[in-house]
Amino acid sequence: MRILVALTLCAAAANAQDLAVKGGVVHTMAGAPLRDAVVLIQDGKIEAVGPAADVAIPEGVRVLEAAVVTPGLIDAHTVVGLAGWLNYRHDQEQLETSEAIQPELRAIDAYNPREPLVEYLRGYGVTTIHTGHAPGAVISGQTLIAKTRGDTVAESVIVPVAMVASTFGDAARKEGGSPGTRSKAVAVLRAELVRAQEYVAKREREAEAEEEEEDDDGGPPARDLRLEALGRVLSKEIPLLVTAHRANDILTAMRVAKEFDVRLVLDGASEAYLVAEQIREAGIPVIVHPTMARARGERENLSMETAATLRAAGIPVALQSGYESYVPKTRVVLFEAAIAAAHGLSFDEALSLITIDAARLLGIDGRVGSLVPGKDADLALYDGDPLEYTSHCVGVVIDGEIVSEEVR
Amino acid sequence: MFASFLLALAPSPAPPQDDGALAFIGAKLIPVDGPEIENGVLVVRGGVIAHVGPLDVTPIPLDAEVRDVQGFVILPGLVDTHSHVGGPAGGDSSSPIQPEVRVLDAVNPRSAGIQKAQAGGLTTINVMPGSGHLCSGQTVYLKLRDADTIEGLAIPDDDGNPTGGLKMANGTNSRRDPPFPGTRAKSAALVRAKLIAAQEYRDKIARAGDDASKLPPRDLALETLVEVLDGKRIVHHHTHRHDDILTVLRLKEEFGFRVVLHHVSDAWKVADEIAAADAPCSIIVVDSPGGKLEARDITFENGAALERAGARCAFHTDDGITDSRHFLRSAALAVRAGMSRKMALEGLTLAGAEMLDLADRVGSLEVGKDADFILLDGDPLSVYTKVIETWVEGKRVFDRRDPQDRLWAVGGYGAGHDGAYACCAAEEANR
Repeated sequence: MRILVALTLCAAAANAQDLAVKGGVVHTMAGAPLRDAVVLIQDGKIEAVGPAADVAIPEGVRVLEAAVVTPGLIDAHTVVGLAGWLNYRHDQEQLETSEAIQPELRAIDAYNPREPLVEYLRGYGVTTIHTGHAPGAVISGQTLIAKTRGDTVAESVIVPVAMVASTFGDAARKEGGSPGTRSKAVAVLRAELVRAQEYVAKREREAEAEEEEEDDDGGPPARDLRLEALGRVLSKEIPLLVTAHRANDILTAMRVAKEFDVRLVLDGASEAYLVAEQIREAGIPVIVHPTMARARGERENLSMETAATLRAAGIPVALQSGYESYVPKTRVVLFEAAIAAAHGLSFDEALSLITIDAARLLGIDGRVGSLVPGKDADLALYDGDPLEYTSHCVGVVIDGEIVSEEVR
Repeated sequence: MFASFLLALAPSPAPPQDDGALAFIGAKLIPVDGPEIENGVLVVRGGVIAHVGPLDVTPIPLDAEVRDVQGFVILPGLVDTHSHVGGPAGGDSSSPIQPEVRVLDAVNPRSAGIQKAQAGGLTTINVMPGSGHLCSGQTVYLKLRDADTIEGLAIPDDDGNPTGGLKMANGTNSRRDPPFPGTRAKSAALVRAKLIAAQEYRDKIARAGDDASKLPPRDLALETLVEVLDGKRIVHHHTHRHDDILTVLRLKEEFGFRVVLHHVSDAWKVADEIAAADAPCSIIVVDSPGGKLEARDITFENGAALERAGARCAFHTDDGITDSRHFLRSAALAVRAGMSRKMALEGLTLAGAEMLDLADRVGSLEVGKDADFILLDGDPLSVYTKVIETWVEGKRVFDRRDPQDRLWAVGGYGAGHDGAYACCAAEEANR
């Protein structure tokens, strides 16, 4: 018995993840902000959250303090880790242009957890990113969800296959190639979805037949990884993430999603405010373009107020850093939320776009997005209003581990 | 000497709506060239600043129309030392050095970008051609008046000619297939050869004296470079990497031209050298490092590093790289990284004016300067602050309360279109 106790103590010490974080204000995102509060962390999880008077900090536990504490921020859509900072061929893995439809491309086979932009985002408090294949093809590939820590994909990734990324509009068209028009792009997508429906149905029939030992035609069809990936979309196991900016492209995406009964997540959606009623009625969540995205091309009519407009319409909304082909190679959701807060949202609403609302939209709110007992201990610490330009991120905790104490 | 050869633009005096004075009272004034004034008066007459100072000691003309602007902050109109608003293309692919090309021949004065820049509080901008050439042409300095022609936007000099600088670049953007240079050393060699040709051209003209028969044939490219050698035209030099920055300083030393370093991603590495060479910097603040190898080490700390070294520092948008509507943010993020509030605010205004040779007219709230100023509803370094009004030469060119102007400020359906189309679309959207 004595030996067992010793071993247990050793294990606890080895984890070294016991920590307390004290905040002048703690935005739990699960109720009103708490003043002079403590977040107690054990084994990488949040053990307790409450006013300092109510939460006793065990002796010997390391204490971090900051003026403001928030949940670790969530970037609801980026390409960081596939796209690298140098913007040269060797660090740009976000788009494969050989074919228009390639849902079989897995983000985990391309994600680089040591990419400097990952560490850069983390320095501002971003602890979770939904990243993967970029806009620019009818279907460019899969996405994943990762924590901004770890040296390997296995250490970083929390959801290996999050969504299948698709693009409607100009970016899906190939100059001088096919699909060369909007309607052709949709036509090839529909054709592929129909093939996937048939493939799934045939495999199911074959599987049933095999079970009943009635298999007489040589087994199921040869595996087709592309159609299998689409099959997971058709079965609603994973959503189809559609980047579309113009109102007509948004409606086209909704039409296709309805036809094939797939879960749709709209991305970018510059003109979503024109069709907010239709989006709300269809119950589709929107990952709004970065508030400071360049208002050019298909995004020429974007508004800094779109997040507020959609949220007010009752549409689930999150913010993203997006995809940049040049500079900045990534934006920072903290700064994008700040602009949203200055354009129609309250502080809490703006912060929710990059914490709990983003977690819900991504289906990871059981683990992250708010500071409640049982969730992963992902926290960001600031020396003032996190959204103010002149405040600093002064600490970042992921899974109970202090990953940054730099003043940024 | 060659001023008469240049297109003489009709001077664009900005007459006030009438001769009456307009007094803004009760705002917090940030004159930039002096201490902030909590409860101030700004009097504008004839398109220029007539009085500025604390409310209790500053005369308000009896005929002045008085506007109570308590609760607002007044800052000089913002000066953007590097913009591509109006979408101009400069030199083409025919050669790497094209000083004869004038960007004023290519700016679209009806661009939505100009309306958005007004919404961002910008009143003076330097519109540049791109960085894909060692020299892509002449830049043009604009006042963001409500005008539909380039003449209506230009800032004429005493002879009525449009003012502007010369865009040059080094590093990787201007390295291309022949006839463009393939290496950094070749880039510098081509520039040196051209500047020496300009020196010889200038000397030939001097030797000819009054004998017209001895004048060399006119060369519009060399004429422009002679203006550079004579210090009449400032070189606005795109440069990122530390060694490229020092190459510019070496050429400046050799040829004695006046230069403003632009972008200067590695400024923090060579801040002392920049300060010693007395080369002002116009820096960009972008959300993350990289985008290309030579901008790998760019940081929010460049402003602070230059300030510490004693180098002059202004900000620029490089619009469309960053949006003119977020220009105030550049200074705020520099303060986040250690720059002083005073120097950061100068970097949005007076420092930029100096870098365009326009500090006698714009950049601070000073009696006699152009009445270019902005009304803010809060501190200029706060994300929550909005530009409420923008004034150029005593005329209001942006009013956030106006639905059309608000559309330019926040975006929405029609905000991206140019010129007349935009007006129609905006009216539709606002109906």
